[in-house]
Amino acid sequence: MKFIDEYRDANAVKRLADKMASVVARDWTLMEICGGQTHAIVRFGIDELLPDKVTLVHGPGCPVCVTAALTIDTALDLAARPDVIFCSFGDMLRVPGSGKDLLTVRAQGGDVRTVYSPVDALAIAKDNPDKKVVFFAIGFETTAPTTAMAVYRAAQEHVANFSLLVSHVLVIPAMESILSSPEASIDGFLAAGHVCTVTGYYAYHAVAQKYNTPIVVTGFEPLDLMRGIYACVSQLEAGKSEVDNQYSRAVKPEGNLPALKMIDGVFEICDREWRGLGTIPASGLKLKQEYAHHDAELIFDLKPSVPEESTVCISGRILQGAAKPPQCPAFGTACTPEHPLGATMVSSEGACAAYFKYRLLSKR
Amino acid sequence: MNRDKTFGPVCPIPISDYPVVLLAHGGGGTLTGQLMDKLFMAAFDSPQLRNKTDSALLTVNTDKLAFTTDSFVVSPLFFPGGNIGSLAVHGTINDLATAGAKPLYLSAGFIIEEGLSMTTLWDIVVSMAETARAAGVSIVTGDTKVVERGKCDRVYINTSGVGIIEHNLSIGPSQICPGDNIIVNGDIGRHGMAIMAARESLGFKSKIESDAASLTGIVQTLIDAGIEIHCLRDLTRGGLASAANELAAASDTTIELDESKIPVDSAVAGFCEVLGIDVYHSACEGRMMIIVPEKETNRCLEILKKNELGHESAVIGRVTDSKSTPVVMVSAVGTRRVLSMLSGEQLPRIC
Repeated sequence: MKFIDEYRDANAVKRLADKMASVVARDWTLMEICGGQTHAIVRFGIDELLPDKVTLVHGPGCPVCVTAALTIDTALDLAARPDVIFCSFGDMLRVPGSGKDLLTVRAQGGDVRTVYSPVDALAIAKDNPDKKVVFFAIGFETTAPTTAMAVYRAAQEHVANFSLLVSHVLVIPAMESILSSPEASIDGFLAAGHVCTVTGYYAYHAVAQKYNTPIVVTGFEPLDLMRGIYACVSQLEAGKSEVDNQYSRAVKPEGNLPALKMIDGVFEICDREWRGLGTIPASGLKLKQEYAHHDAELIFDLKPSVPEESTVCISGRILQGAAKPPQCPAFGTACTPEHPLGATMVSSEGACAAYFKYRLLSKR
Repeated sequence: MNRDKTFGPVCPIPISDYPVVLLAHGGGGTLTGQLMDKLFMAAFDSPQLRNKTDSALLTVNTDKLAFTTDSFVVSPLFFPGGNIGSLAVHGTINDLATAGAKPLYLSAGFIIEEGLSMTTLWDIVVSMAETARAAGVSIVTGDTKVVERGKCDRVYINTSGVGIIEHNLSIGPSQICPGDNIIVNGDIGRHGMAIMAARESLGFKSKIESDAASLTGIVQTLIDAGIEIHCLRDLTRGGLASAANELAAASDTTIELDESKIPVDSAVAGFCEVLGIDVYHSACEGRMMIIVPEKETNRCLEILKKNELGHESAVIGRVTDSKSTPVVMVSAVGTRRVLSMLSGEQLPRIC
């Protein structure tokens, strides 16, 4: 298949791995930001092809994983209400808050629907004027433009029964939080290719400079990942810390301007709590005042209580690249995809779930 | 009735884990397995059930029979490549055929929601009749129940089937040996994606057609040619991954698959990429794994390729005795990973 086969060419991947082995002289730790990249790395065993001196650690770029348990509890509360149709991306359905998940709410009679776009949720709202339709708006800058579009249209068309539970997050504040953390020591970043299709990568220059860390915009196929890693290692060996784009078939330096304009028109920046990481200042998006009548947190009577999280789980350290999944005492035993204890096991793109799916040896 | 712990059976699935049945319990993955093992098996225990095969093998006097049942609740009722009726006939025939039996008789039970269009029901029934006729099977008994509007989704169909085993081969997971090769009779994952494409409002124009077909003819050809078949398994819910894991567990072997050898239609592969669904977890309804000793592989492949349901047959892997992991996938770039069963419900990821 075009755009897939040529980026899964075993020989090309191997050649690049050999070339990297010949240039790498020191130990380097790189972090891939995006959960999609983590998933691909573990699925294709990319880390096993790298020279011993190059270590990959997995970043916080799985929006499903980092959505705060408190927000998920709010979602569960809304979804269980008889007058609500609760719409969500499929991946969020089995993420537990404190106790159950949306799948259980659905099994108990809640009207929970999987949608592929917030605009589909808007259509459901128009078709069901007697119900309150809530869309669970999560994700990085990749999903924020379509959320913004749905809100914009709802306001234009006066769809009063449509609202959003917003938990959008931003990539760069998370990167800076990790770079400032005493726990992690990251030498270079593989920036999330799909986020950069929207944001472009101008804003990364300041980060690369401030923290003296190369940032390489990287795609998701085996050859994309190898190219990103090779470019990052080459910079490190040469003592450089620049921004490089190894995913130019999808990413333009300036990003997607209409999408960015849409985000700016609807959202403003806010502090946001990340599951496993805590509150990061200016790391989230919330609806502007003029769209407050579509903000589920403002229009519903909500009484959230602070959820309890597992004390064994080390997902916070995993999300910062300070630990790997098998180092957790609960990994694969008390914590599995069916019974996740923490953020990184809940989504298929979480580091723990990827390791569990592709790496765990059977205990039979 | 007294359900005191001391006297009555106690539900062995911890209620704290699953107080209610989830959709994932019917998804063909790990939760379905748990339901089978811990609940149904615990209550119904019998030697045939313990074999964990799709068909029960029974001996009546000197005749060897295979007996199976399957229920169909697919939505939409009509999809590219078939409908709920043809699927209900193919599915039960395939469970019998992959037990090495020649399917003979089927039953057809209908649960119908009041208000279902009579024309729709007629179209389904005609399709069942044609499908059965083409496979040389008779529908000989049936049942009809109609429920109030809203109590079921238009129509559900159950079919049971009986077949006869007319050869002396023993076909089943217990015959799988290290060194055997694994063949699949065509591209995988098509049924699941055809349904997904027809069901979900994705705005895609898709030409993906279900692979639903009766496997009895192609299995019979192999048996008639005297191929020493060790095991057959049709790939249904849970796809190749679940079938391979079940066989590895049942035979206490490791199944090693080569990603680059597994035939996948490019439209199906693309659809899976977009939705973030693993094609190895996507359902098939006319595909099976054929496990044969190495010496029989080439002859088996030649015969399969001559059959209209086997043109794209390929050797996709082998059985080994390294018992570390049930199913190992050698990836397109040459690395090795676990291929696990579908865990929970198949959910599209968001980005």
